[in-house]
Amino acid sequence: MRFKAELMNQEEMRRALYRIAHEIVEANKGTEGLALVGIHTRGIPLAHRIARFIAEFEGKEVPVGVLDITLYRDDLTEIGYRPQVRETRIPFDLTGKAIVLVDDVLYTGRTARAALDALMDLGRPRRIYLAVLVDRGHRELPIRADFVGKNVPTSRNEVVKVKVVEVDGEDRVELWEREEA
Amino acid sequence: MRHLLDFQGWNRPEVESLLDTARVMREVLERPVKKVPALQGFTVATVFFEPSTRTRISFELAARRMSADVVSFAAQTSSLQKGESYKDTLLTLEAMGVDAYVIRADSAGVPHQATRWVKGAVINGGDGRRAHPTQALLDAYTLLEALGTLEGKKVAIVGDILHSRVARSNAELLPLLGAQVFCAGPPSLLPQSLPGVHLTPHLEEALEEADAVMVLRLQKERMEAGLVHLEDYIARYQVTERRLARAKPQAPLLHPGPMNRDVELEGGLADSARSLVNRQVQNGVAVRMAVLYHLLVGREKA
Repeated sequence: MRFKAELMNQEEMRRALYRIAHEIVEANKGTEGLALVGIHTRGIPLAHRIARFIAEFEGKEVPVGVLDITLYRDDLTEIGYRPQVRETRIPFDLTGKAIVLVDDVLYTGRTARAALDALMDLGRPRRIYLAVLVDRGHRELPIRADFVGKNVPTSRNEVVKVKVVEVDGEDRVELWEREEA
Repeated sequence: MRHLLDFQGWNRPEVESLLDTARVMREVLERPVKKVPALQGFTVATVFFEPSTRTRISFELAARRMSADVVSFAAQTSSLQKGESYKDTLLTLEAMGVDAYVIRADSAGVPHQATRWVKGAVINGGDGRRAHPTQALLDAYTLLEALGTLEGKKVAIVGDILHSRVARSNAELLPLLGAQVFCAGPPSLLPQSLPGVHLTPHLEEALEEADAVMVLRLQKERMEAGLVHLEDYIARYQVTERRLARAKPQAPLLHPGPMNRDVELEGGLADSARSLVNRQVQNGVAVRMAVLYHLLVGREKA
């Protein structure tokens, strides 16, 4: 793979997440009944950061859960390898809550679809929002994000890499290109 | 890992990865909807040439919780035609598009043979006195839940070691996870040797400072065959409250079921706080869900 460009630096990521945190509270008219659910792997630290921002400016703790969508993927019969299943931990009752699903990149929409099905099996939320740091287009399902850090037009042979300090040691969003086979 | 026959050739990271998956499955079983779509489109057959209701139900429930389709075959076969009928049965199921076969047989080696006959994944559901790997996996999982780790832990297995596939599979698996295994039973029910474990006719030696105690079922057939006398067995090998005092305080108690109360185990102990018997049954479903996931996902469909 060939590096093409930096899409966001640390400061730009921070500002985008800060804005998303405000937009969430605005859309929900406060923090009442609000909860965040981060999708493995990088959606989890992003959800925690948004929760910290909300705590800063609203003075209210918003609960954060962790969701693994592996068992809900629609391609398990055909991918030819076995993805590691990881922990799902929702330490609150979803029923009646306004849930914000948080992921790093929105692409085909298949991960979000799987996450919606998983959440429905865990309870009956009043409403589900989707927040992503980067929307790179190329949807294969009728799914859209409610809160977006940055819209990035991409081609299908490009790869968007979101790096977060908690997992990758740095905060940065990069655009890479797959070498032609 | 294409099949689960026994633990020959397995390494610790493979076992730990499987048990990690089982931990996630355990959480699925706590949800309001105890079912995930992961194995939609796969078909699992339980093929029981020897009757066993509990193991079959556990496997079938595991497959259904993963959204696989399940078919079930149960039969006693005439000894004359066994070889042929095992093979014919499996080939018939294969022709119907089965992806995984859970095979239980009274003679050792049938699941191994099956891997040469069918393309799908073969899971040993217990063969003769050779192996019962998913029982050992659920025992290991239950022990890890109770003890945190098996590294350096002493596990006592008590009873008819000679005829027990549960003992044999645990003797393979638990040392792989760092445990020291002591098997105790009457000399007539101990094998000549069992690699990797300490064999002893002295119950006290096995129970001394044990971190956990696994009690095996004493089969009526053994008494009928004159290998052991019931009163003798109870007098020397029944696991009692008093004898358990040698083990670590509150050392957990396991039993693969079904239990003969007041034979291998003093009646009240089965229902005491130390007993993990119900937990074993619950964990059995989760472990079998994990086994199906590990064997089926990533494999070419039938």
